[in-house]
Amino acid sequence: MAQEPILSARGLVKRYGKVTALDNADFDLYPGEILAVIGDNGAGKSSLIKAISGAINSDEGEIKLEGKTVSFRSPIEARKAGIETVYQNLALSPALSIADNMFLGREIRKSGVMGSVFRKLDRPAMEKFARDKLSELGLMTIQNINQAVETLSGGQRQGVAVARAAAFGSKVIILDEPTAALGVKESRRVLELILDVRSRGIPIVLISHNMPHVFEVADRIHIHRLGKRLTVINPKDYSMSDAVAFMTGAKAPEPLAA
Amino acid sequence: MSEPQAATKPHLEYEKVLSGSSTQVAQFDTHDKTALQKFQHFLHGNPAAVPLLVLLMSVIIFGSILGTKFFSAFSMTLILQQVAITGIIGAAQTLVILTAGIDLSVGAIMVLSSVVMGQFAIHYGVPVPLAILAGFAVGAICGLINGFLIARIKLPPFIVTLGMWQIVLASNFLYSANETIRSQDLAANAPLLQLFGQSIQVGGAVFTYGVIAMVLLVGALWYVLNSTAWGRHLYAVGDDPDAAELAGVNVKKMLISVYTISGVICALGGWALIGRIGSVSPTAGQFANIESITAVVIGGLSLFGGRGSILGMLFGALIVGVFQLGLRLIGTDPQWTYMLIGLLIIAAVAIDQWIRKVAG
Repeated sequence: MAQEPILSARGLVKRYGKVTALDNADFDLYPGEILAVIGDNGAGKSSLIKAISGAINSDEGEIKLEGKTVSFRSPIEARKAGIETVYQNLALSPALSIADNMFLGREIRKSGVMGSVFRKLDRPAMEKFARDKLSELGLMTIQNINQAVETLSGGQRQGVAVARAAAFGSKVIILDEPTAALGVKESRRVLELILDVRSRGIPIVLISHNMPHVFEVADRIHIHRLGKRLTVINPKDYSMSDAVAFMTGAKAPEPLAA
Repeated sequence: MSEPQAATKPHLEYEKVLSGSSTQVAQFDTHDKTALQKFQHFLHGNPAAVPLLVLLMSVIIFGSILGTKFFSAFSMTLILQQVAITGIIGAAQTLVILTAGIDLSVGAIMVLSSVVMGQFAIHYGVPVPLAILAGFAVGAICGLINGFLIARIKLPPFIVTLGMWQIVLASNFLYSANETIRSQDLAANAPLLQLFGQSIQVGGAVFTYGVIAMVLLVGALWYVLNSTAWGRHLYAVGDDPDAAELAGVNVKKMLISVYTISGVICALGGWALIGRIGSVSPTAGQFANIESITAVVIGGLSLFGGRGSILGMLFGALIVGVFQLGLRLIGTDPQWTYMLIGLLIIAAVAIDQWIRKVAG
């Protein structure tokens, strides 16, 4: 690949006591692609993602975003740098409205005295922005932007979380098991949403256990095993059973090809 | 984007039938709801509606039994005066309970602050405004300690504030040597301390400054909770702290600020308490913590955090006030008041659980 990776990691190590969760793990994400990360339970893929998204600090190794070395002490810092993560538990506040959730932590204040002295939120602006972003992503089955998130279905919540991640000019979106809790139709919708986000030029890291979904949308598949990157495969060249065989160690891949 | 779809991907076979199915994705069910469900949804969106209804009903019932004896401007404003302290402390409690915490030390902080104000002004001869400031500082420090232990050391709020309650109360008695500063001394040397006891009369209605302070405080906090980022973050922290953290809210900072502000509001309560009773008494306000929790719970705020309105707390405090005055005017044994309030508390929590099911 001639392109430079937008996000890369080299030699990440993370130990928890005697357990080594990350053992010299590498990672590369190229612009405009969907990179799936798969691995058996305990392979360290969530540690990898947490290290990239700032949720944990790795003991060793280096992370580069757009060629610059970065070090995140919290998910908030990672987000400020442009790495948005949609967590499995979605990180939405159930009792707050859709608009409030989309702007949680980056609210817009009114201009003038009302904003600077009385810290008043600019509700109309926030609601309009939220509505625009949701309809851009075809989520306007959500009628009322002031509805509490807990009254939404699972797919709609996922939609709100993805829309939030995509809405704020982010450089990379990490999706952790976005379809795990969803039904067939809702999963389909979320996959379309993922492709839609990619078509806007935002690269996506997709963590999933669902092989059909991974093989359907991913451009490349990063297989994680025993705390490190085992290989990266092109889903067009391999079958799902190959991927599972690599993942579980039943078969060894050829030296890093993709 | 242009990947070949189902044809070359046998694993998608099972989804083929989807093309024939409805294309609607998770539409809202707009099918008819029963009147009860509509009511449930209404309450879900308007958590202060239940206590408001109960308040109006109890005023109407007592009014129809007692007539003008109860239904007069004087009695109505008397209720306000009696709930002023509970309302102020309840406002502090509201902030804490919205974060899914609880503050048992509110009453003790209030009393200690009032004692510090009195001691500084009368015994140390500090200028009264500075003495008041010292009282506020003590309240803030107590709250800060609560917040630090809860947010940083990760101790449960119940335990921290249970301990602080005893510690602050003991400090209060040791420091004041259990001595009351008399009303006359205050009036002569530090009238500003009794500020909240002064009142405005409009016809039969008597509004003490304490009542006005309470209403302004609740109004200001209502604004802050609903229209500022800090307020929204407070709800988010109480709702789901992990989600709030991941969304970019600094949960620890929020908790520390909430407990500190709670302490400051308690100090305001202490100042208002001096106005209410006239003197500075280390034994006053013993039940302020329980009364504030009662007001919050009857006001429909969820003890699990993140739900409810500060207006509900005000209505809750007023409900208690209406019951107390109404039953006293009827001439019943005061124990009936407590029994009814006990029933109201349990009913309020039961209704809270029922409203939550709306999101099932």
